[in-house]
Amino acid sequence: MAMLHTVNKSPFERTALQSCLGHALDGASVLLFEDGVYGALKGTGVSGEVAEAMGRVKFYVLGPDLRARGLREDRLIDGIQVVGYDGFVDLVTSHDNVQAWL
Amino acid sequence: MSEIKKFMYVNRKAPYGTIYALESLEVVLIGAAFDQDVSLAFLDDGVFQLTKDQDTSGIGMKNFSPTYAALGDYDVTKIYVEKESLEERGLTLDDLQHLTYEDEDDDWAEKDSIRLVTREELARIMDEQDVLLSF
Amino acid sequence: MVNEGPYNHQASDSAYQFTKAALEKGHEIFRVFFYHDGVYNGTRLGVPPQDDRNITQLWQELAEQHDLDLVVCVAAAQRRGILDPDEAKRHGKDADNIAPRFRISGLGQLIEAGIKADRLVVFGD
Repeated sequence: MAMLHTVNKSPFERTALQSCLGHALDGASVLLFEDGVYGALKGTGVSGEVAEAMGRVKFYVLGPDLRARGLREDRLIDGIQVVGYDGFVDLVTSHDNVQAWL
Repeated sequence: MSEIKKFMYVNRKAPYGTIYALESLEVVLIGAAFDQDVSLAFLDDGVFQLTKDQDTSGIGMKNFSPTYAALGDYDVTKIYVEKESLEERGLTLDDLQHLTYEDEDDDWAEKDSIRLVTREELARIMDEQDVLLSF
Repeated sequence: MVNEGPYNHQASDSAYQFTKAALEKGHEIFRVFFYHDGVYNGTRLGVPPQDDRNITQLWQELAEQHDLDLVVCVAAAQRRGILDPDEAKRHGKDADNIAPRFRISGLGQLIEAGIKADRLVVFGD
């Protein structure tokens, strides 16, 4: 069973991303959206933690939320996949369940 | 055609500062009537919801903590409390209400509803759920 | 499940965009359930600035197009003052404010949706 975890708050404001990574099993997926997209940036205080987690969990970031915040894809940690809302829908249907880390 | 799904209510926020703790309990109580496989998870600041001795007289808000003690009457027998979340907050099980239910399959013996689990154990339990409600 | 009101948080926008994308892909949306401050999405009295999206109206239009079931939780709504004509009458209020295409109902509708739908997604803070 693979779970889709969603994180919508900035890792610099809330511990939601950390908590998510602490509970995501190997093979799960994490979608960063809304303010959660800041967790996908390279060169931040949490980039190391995220990059390390990428070894066991798949990361996705919502493109529209990145662009809204003026963030270009070349600022993302390598290997994080950018998806649109249609991709968000596909992630939900291709996983067994969804846990929202608010 | 009516399958039973595993419903987990995920509580990660402290009580009173926001309404999420109170209103999530309201969902649990209504949800009890649907005979699903229900469990509650308390992790991160959610563990603060279960502390004993809550006295709200000074803040003018309703003390809804007695509702947790009534959960047993609503067939809620699985209340997972995360060990690491307690420790990170300097709490032990002793700081929490002693929640129990009466097991109808065991001559109505009173049993503990709170199951102390590690982060890793809780992660596995969450993974098995069909529906996860976060507040 | 939409846990926050319009504008204050992005939750309702995200839920709307997700719902729209799912419908465009041919999926069925069993129900959109508004809880906590999410009930504020169901007021018909909102007058947001003209140069920005009208969130309540967007939900109404989507519901109209796709026959969506937009449900506002009665308990959360009462608490926050979102009433339909029946509720207003029942509680002796001099007005109601529920927006067309939204309906007020109980938490059971949320649980039922969790049981009947294949997936449940929560949008909140």
